[in-house]
Amino acid sequence: MTETPETPGFTRDELMEVNAARALAGAKTCFVGIGLPSTAANLARATVNPGLVLIYESGTIGSKPTRLPLSIGDGELAETADSVVPVPEMFNYWLQGGRIDVGFLGAAQVDAYANINTTVIDRGPDKPEGRLPGAGGAPEIASNCGRVLMVLRHSTRSFVRKLDFVTTMGHGSGPGDRTKLGMPGTGPVAVITDLGILRPDPATAELTLTELHPGVTVEQVRAATGWDLAVAGTVGTTEPPTPDELAALRALKAAGKEPR
Amino acid sequence: MADIRSLHDAVADLIHDGDTVAMEGFTHLIPYAAAHEVIRQGITDLTLVRMTPDVIYDQLIGAGLVRKLVFSWGGNPGVGSLHRFRDAVENGWPRPLELDEHSHAGMANRYVAGASKLPFAVLRGYRGSDIPTRTDTISTVTCPFTGEELAAVAALNPDVTVIHAQQADRAGNVQLWGLTGVQKEAALAARRVLVTVEEIVEELEPRPGGIVLPTWVIDAVSVVPGGAHPSYASGYSVRDNAFYQAWDPIARNRDAFTRWIEENVRTRTGRTEKAGAR
Repeated sequence: MTETPETPGFTRDELMEVNAARALAGAKTCFVGIGLPSTAANLARATVNPGLVLIYESGTIGSKPTRLPLSIGDGELAETADSVVPVPEMFNYWLQGGRIDVGFLGAAQVDAYANINTTVIDRGPDKPEGRLPGAGGAPEIASNCGRVLMVLRHSTRSFVRKLDFVTTMGHGSGPGDRTKLGMPGTGPVAVITDLGILRPDPATAELTLTELHPGVTVEQVRAATGWDLAVAGTVGTTEPPTPDELAALRALKAAGKEPR
Repeated sequence: MADIRSLHDAVADLIHDGDTVAMEGFTHLIPYAAAHEVIRQGITDLTLVRMTPDVIYDQLIGAGLVRKLVFSWGGNPGVGSLHRFRDAVENGWPRPLELDEHSHAGMANRYVAGASKLPFAVLRGYRGSDIPTRTDTISTVTCPFTGEELAAVAALNPDVTVIHAQQADRAGNVQLWGLTGVQKEAALAARRVLVTVEEIVEELEPRPGGIVLPTWVIDAVSVVPGGAHPSYASGYSVRDNAFYQAWDPIARNRDAFTRWIEENVRTRTGRTEKAGAR
């Protein structure tokens, strides 16, 4: 990633990762998806939340990796864990059992109510659907964790007016849908991107731009969003990454690239 | 009771054309060597079951041996798409691939029901998701005590489950440890069970978090050191992340894939597959 001229010293991706880590301040336990969520959760442990309990769906509870894992089943996740449990136990006792504060998810497509598609992409008439990996743990993570954080890069390909498929429900079609379906958790509370942060409006549950990263404009975010994005009355600006945050992030990434 | 046999003979006897086969292992202990033996023997028209199809099923699908896939997440973890899986689903190459798609929670519970010999399992799952519209193995059931509507998922009972473990003893009792995934459930749900192991030991020493499968629930044990590569066996090897990354360009291209399978699987007998090898 190249540095943006407006924000010398760090990249847009680093802004996203640092802000995603900050969103975990105060959380006790986090069910961590691989990729950007894992980067954020490990950075949180190195900065704002050293006691954060990382839970990976491969069965590890309390993993303390010193390098970013490539997969959710890298050996270090198990070797550094407080406990390793079988996968059915993970999903039934720990996740469905309501033991986990925060679910941290990525997404291929997200809509204005923070619903997620990771299954198929409609490529138009007469063309076969484009195939994505599928659900993994996400539907039940989003339903059963106390709250949900999402992190993904901002573009009109990923922030779409209408999902081609609802893999994982966020806020459905608006307020009350989660309660109607008996979902225990409050659902998505923030979507952190490389441009800023969107949060569901307390009244409508519609994702609303509440914070911009330094150097980003409202127009840039609207242009990268596939629907008419709601913008908060007062849009804040996220604090630039501190030298400590950047050092910790870069150290984690460098360690992840070292040969074993 | 498990016989300790060569991988060739165990696969030939236990896995047949048209079978439903689960090769499990959640990132860890994935039974690659056994899958490669299936490719060498050309066992075909398989229904493959696995939570995370991973590169192992990308290879079997690309080799044209798979009719249907039952799964919950089909990607190359940390790298990207499974290109052979996508080519089969999107373009029907080398043959069309039928899908039965779930979430992880649903798949894990389908194995639990299978091991419990129940027709289905219940969970609080799939709420608000379109997934149930594409499969007939998800329905709902009303709790007779509270009236709550819950998801019901059909039991999975594979004809054969194949897993890799660290150790067996001479009687064919097997122990695995580290990330143990859904292997116990997948094995106990199956009609036949094949386990490849890193080594035979005189006595299985108890391991924290270890699972012991007694010999009388296993049909065959084959000694295949390194049989999980490029996955790994905790205590014996580490995950070959470089292979998973190198797989991406190979699998992107039909010819490159076919050449790789020919050179690395079809024309090569498993170098370490002899019974009792140490």
